[in-house]
Amino acid sequence: MNGTQVFLAILVIAAVTALLRFLPFLLFSGRKTPDWLIRFGGLLPYAAMGMLVVYCLKGVTFGALPGFLPALIAGAVVVGSYVWKKNTLVSIIGGTVCYMVLVQFVF
Amino acid sequence: MKKYIKKAFADTVPVMTGYVVLGMGFGVIMSANGYGPLLSLAMSLLVYAGSMQYAAVGLFTGGASLVTAALTALAVNARHLFYGISMTEKYRGTGWKKPYLIFGLTDETYSLVCREEADTDYCFLVTLFDHIWWVSGTLIGALLGRGLPINTEGIDFALTALFLTIFTDQWMKKKDHVPAISGVVISVLCLLLFGPDRFLIPSMIGITAVLLLYMRKEKTV
Repeated sequence: MNGTQVFLAILVIAAVTALLRFLPFLLFSGRKTPDWLIRFGGLLPYAAMGMLVVYCLKGVTFGALPGFLPALIAGAVVVGSYVWKKNTLVSIIGGTVCYMVLVQFVF
Repeated sequence: MKKYIKKAFADTVPVMTGYVVLGMGFGVIMSANGYGPLLSLAMSLLVYAGSMQYAAVGLFTGGASLVTAALTALAVNARHLFYGISMTEKYRGTGWKKPYLIFGLTDETYSLVCREEADTDYCFLVTLFDHIWWVSGTLIGALLGRGLPINTEGIDFALTALFLTIFTDQWMKKKDHVPAISGVVISVLCLLLFGPDRFLIPSMIGITAVLLLYMRKEKTV
């Protein structure tokens, strides 16, 4: 695509993304969100975060060690350090540096 | 709003590391494919959805049609419906801030504003800071191009790490682990069944079904 086509595509993608974000609010702007939906919405963050973790790790393969070991080790570093210190920043930086070293120098 | 600036800033620092790095990555990939800083900037300002922006570069270079672009955005970003549903009551009556709060409801922003204790001004600042981090990272990456002095391979793990810490945090704070477990298990099953490119929508349908059933059971017990 050339620059103009890319810009048009960006506008289309922006419109679709915004539509998805606004839709639930448009549907329930005039009336109260039903109780069951509120309770459902209260459970969603927990399931959604699990889904996002899987989404991030979707490229992991189990055919050979380099396919999954870096993510497994770095993931364990993130969770372990978070349980231990409860510091998000430390866990993110520690886990990411660990992952980068593993994929660049070890595997 | 002033009293929340410090707290919102501090809370978004983890997002900043992830967003600046991933935003840079996006800017670098765009420039490597011959798309200038203005296009990268426009995309990060207007679309503001990380994984879709990465996916879009492939669409641009592959010469995909606008319909394909729209459908891909629909599939990749459908999860935002989820976030909206759980925020409709909280964002009710937030006035002029509301459109921006909704526009900026990314995965990471959602993870901070979905907490019970977050109030409107705090949510607004978190949304704004996160947007600034994302755009700043994009600009840095787009301007540096491929001239980065370090090997950044694997740096995208920052986002995985962010979600993992939030997941762990939620796990430790909530006694009922059924929603978290069903989110992981259903997603993994759908990943195995449908493959990495099209498992999100079946996962969301599955999660919705299981959580609705679970709510009914909870009510009757």
